[in-house]
Amino acid sequence: MGGGLTPWKRRAIFLAVGFVFIVVAPAALSTFRLALLGKYLCFAIIAVGIDLAWGYGGMLTIGQGLFFGLGGYSMGMFLKLQEAGPGNLPDFMTWSGVEALPAMWKPFSNPVVALTGAVLIPMTVAAALGALIFRRRVRGAYFAILTQALTLAFAILLVGQQGITGGTNGLTNVTTFMGYDLNDPINQRSLYVLIVLCLGAVYLLARQVVESRYGRVLMAVRDREDRVRFLGYNPTTIKIIAFSISAGMAGLAGALFVPVVGIISPALVGIVPSIEMVIWVALGGRGTLIGAVVGALLVNYAKTTLSEAYPSGWLYFQGLLFVVVMAFAPKGVAGLWKMYNERFRRPKSAASEPVGHGAEALDVPV
Amino acid sequence: MTEAPKRKRLWLSTVMVVMLLGAACGQEAGDTPGGGTTATDEGDTIKVGLLHSLSGTMAISEVTVRDAELLAIEQINAKGGVLGKQIEPIEEDGASDWPTFAEKAQKLISVDNVAAVFGGWTSASRKAMLPVFEKNKALLWYPVQYEGLEQSPYIFYTGATTNQQIVPGLDYLKSQGKKKIFLVGSDYVFPRTANKEIKAYAEANDMQIVGEEYIPLGNQEVATLVNKVVAAQPDAIFNTLNGDTNTAFFKEYKTKGIAPETVPIVSVSVAEEEVRAIGPEFLAGHLVAWNYYQTTDTPENTAFVAAFKDKYGDDKVTSDPMEAGYVAVNLWAAAVEKAGTTEVEAVKEAAAGIEFDAPEGKVTIDGPTQHIYKTARIGLIGADGLITQISGSEGPIAPDPYLKSYDWAEGLS
Repeated sequence: MGGGLTPWKRRAIFLAVGFVFIVVAPAALSTFRLALLGKYLCFAIIAVGIDLAWGYGGMLTIGQGLFFGLGGYSMGMFLKLQEAGPGNLPDFMTWSGVEALPAMWKPFSNPVVALTGAVLIPMTVAAALGALIFRRRVRGAYFAILTQALTLAFAILLVGQQGITGGTNGLTNVTTFMGYDLNDPINQRSLYVLIVLCLGAVYLLARQVVESRYGRVLMAVRDREDRVRFLGYNPTTIKIIAFSISAGMAGLAGALFVPVVGIISPALVGIVPSIEMVIWVALGGRGTLIGAVVGALLVNYAKTTLSEAYPSGWLYFQGLLFVVVMAFAPKGVAGLWKMYNERFRRPKSAASEPVGHGAEALDVPV
Repeated sequence: MTEAPKRKRLWLSTVMVVMLLGAACGQEAGDTPGGGTTATDEGDTIKVGLLHSLSGTMAISEVTVRDAELLAIEQINAKGGVLGKQIEPIEEDGASDWPTFAEKAQKLISVDNVAAVFGGWTSASRKAMLPVFEKNKALLWYPVQYEGLEQSPYIFYTGATTNQQIVPGLDYLKSQGKKKIFLVGSDYVFPRTANKEIKAYAEANDMQIVGEEYIPLGNQEVATLVNKVVAAQPDAIFNTLNGDTNTAFFKEYKTKGIAPETVPIVSVSVAEEEVRAIGPEFLAGHLVAWNYYQTTDTPENTAFVAAFKDKYGDDKVTSDPMEAGYVAVNLWAAAVEKAGTTEVEAVKEAAAGIEFDAPEGKVTIDGPTQHIYKTARIGLIGADGLITQISGSEGPIAPDPYLKSYDWAEGLS
C-alpha cells in the first residue's frame, strides 16, 4: 500500500523507521520502557503473520496463540535447561515432583533444535492442520472456530501437565540467554535490536510474498476460491503456505518474547490473547501489513499506558478505544491514512485510480 | 460522502491520541534513561506499590486485600507516617495475568522507585514476580497463605506457610478420627504442591487418600467431580479449590444431601469474603483452616474490624488474607522505622525479630525464613456467614516453609 508512494520513498521511509527503532529508541528510553517496546515489537511480528493469513488469505485465525506458545515454549524449555545446567532439572520440576527429565524436553537442550524448532514446529503443525482443514474446504467462521478450539485445547493441556510444562505458572524465571545475563542492560539492548531486525526481516518477507505472483493468487483465493480452483490452481496448497508462514512468524515472536519478558505461560496462549492478536490487526487495518504493525504497537502501548494511569478502570478505556476505532475507522488506522491520502493529497482525477486488490475485496466475509 | 463526517473522524482520532498522550504524561516523571533501581528517601513521601488484580477472575479476592493495605497505610499516615514522611501508595493492576504481574512489578520498581511492593495472591503471580524482585534487589511483601517450599531473599511472606495452616488442618482431622480423605483442588501450583505434602502426611499418619482430583481455574463443571467424591465415600474432603469453582462445588455437594457433620469439607482458600459470595447456606457446618477470622477475639481485631467497616461500609467482612495484607504494611513500616531508612538490605536486616500486635494476635518476623510466626486456627462456618474458631494452636507456630521439622516431609523439596 504505502499510500501510492514511489518505491524510493518507501525504502527511505522503511530505513528511517528502522533508524528510529534501532538508534533513537534505545537512546531515549529507559531499560524498562525499551523492554516493553521490545515486547510490543514481538507482538507486531505476530500481527504481520496474521495479516498475511487473514488480510491477504482470508483465513481468520483465532489460533495464533497456539503457534506463539509453541515457539515460546521451545525457547523457554531451552533457556530453562541451559540455566539448570547439564544433569539438573528446571526449578518447577523439582517442586512438581518430577524426578527425571521428560523425554519431550531432551531435544531442547540443543540450541539448534530449540531455535529452529521455535519456527519450524509451528510451521509444521500449521501445515498439517491446514492440510486437514483446507482440503475439506472448511473456511470462514468454521475455520475460526476450529483454530480457536485448538488453542483452547493447547492451553488446557499446558495447565494440566504441570510436571512437564510448569502448569498455570508456565516457565518463569528465565534470566540468561545463550550464556548472556538478561539482567544486564547492554544485553537487553542487544536483544531489543535483534527483535527490531527480526521484525524488519519478517515485514520485508511478508511484503515480498504479497507482491509476488503467489501473493496475487493468494488474494484471488481469498476473494473467489472457486474461480481460482477452476483456473487450475490448488487453493489448498496456496492457503497452507500462507497459514504456515503466518504460524512460523508467531513462533518466532514467541521465541523472542521469552528472553525479553522472562515468562511464557498458558495465559499468553489461550483464546483471549489469540483474539487480542486479531484485534491488533483489525485496529491497525488488515490487508496492509504496515497497519498490522501499527495496530500491534498502538494497542499494546495503549494497554500499558491506560492501565498505569487508571489501574482500576483501564479496561473500560481500552474497550472504548476499540469501539471508537471500529466505529469511525472501520478499515483501521491504515484506513485513516488512506482516506487522508485520497482526500487531501490527490487531485480529484486520481479518485479514478484502479481499486486493485483494494477496498471491496477486503470486505469479503471471513 | 460529504465533508462533515470526515472532519469528524479526524477530530475524533485526534481526541483519542490526545487522551493516550495525556495518560502517558505525568507517568513518566522519574523514568529517566537507565532507570534508577534503588529506593531513595528523597522527597516528602515514601512511595510503596500495591500490586493486586483489580480486574479479571482474581479481582474479587485481591481487591479486599488492597483495601486492607490502604487502611493500614492511612492509619500509619494519620500517626505521622514512617521516618516522619507520609506513605504514598501507588496502585497497579495485575489483571489476574501472571506476566502482567511481572511487568507491573518492574514498573513500580524502576519507574516509581517504590520502597516496597505489597502484592499478589495466587502462587502463580508470586512465582512470576519473584525473579523481578530478586534481580532488582527490591522487596515484595506477599500476604496470602501458600504451599511453602520457597524462601526468596527478597520476599517477606506474611500469610501462612504449610505448617501453619495445612498441617494443623490435617492434625485436626486426625484428632477427629477421619481416616479416608478425598483431595480436590484447582489445577495450579498451590493445590498440586499442597496435595503432595498432604499425601506424605497421610502416609506417615495412617490416613488413606481415596481420591485426588483437579479442575482448571475458573471452571464450573463440577458434577462429575462431586459424583467421584461421593462414590469414594471419604470421611472428609480436603479442598484447595480457588475462585469461582468453589461456588459450583459447594452447591453441587449440598444437593447430595450429605451432612457436613458426617463428611466435612476442610477448605484452605475459603474465607469470610468467599463465604459471603457463595452463600452461607451452602457452607454452614463445613470447616476451614486459617490464622485469623473476623470473630477472632483480640482487642486489636475489634479495632481493625471497626476501622475497616468504618472506611468501607458495614456490610464488609474481614478475612485472613486481608489481615495478612494489613499486617504486612505494619511490619514493613516497623522495620523501616527500626532501620532508619527504606534501603532494602537495611530493612531486611532490621526486620528480623520485629513483633507486632496484629488482629490475629502477636506475630513475629522470623529472620532466616522471612516468614512470620502465626497462630493456627480451625474454624467452623456458621449460618450467618461468619467463622468461629473451634480449635487452635497454643500460641504462634514458627514458620517452617520446607517442613524440615517433619520426618514425613523428607524428600518433598
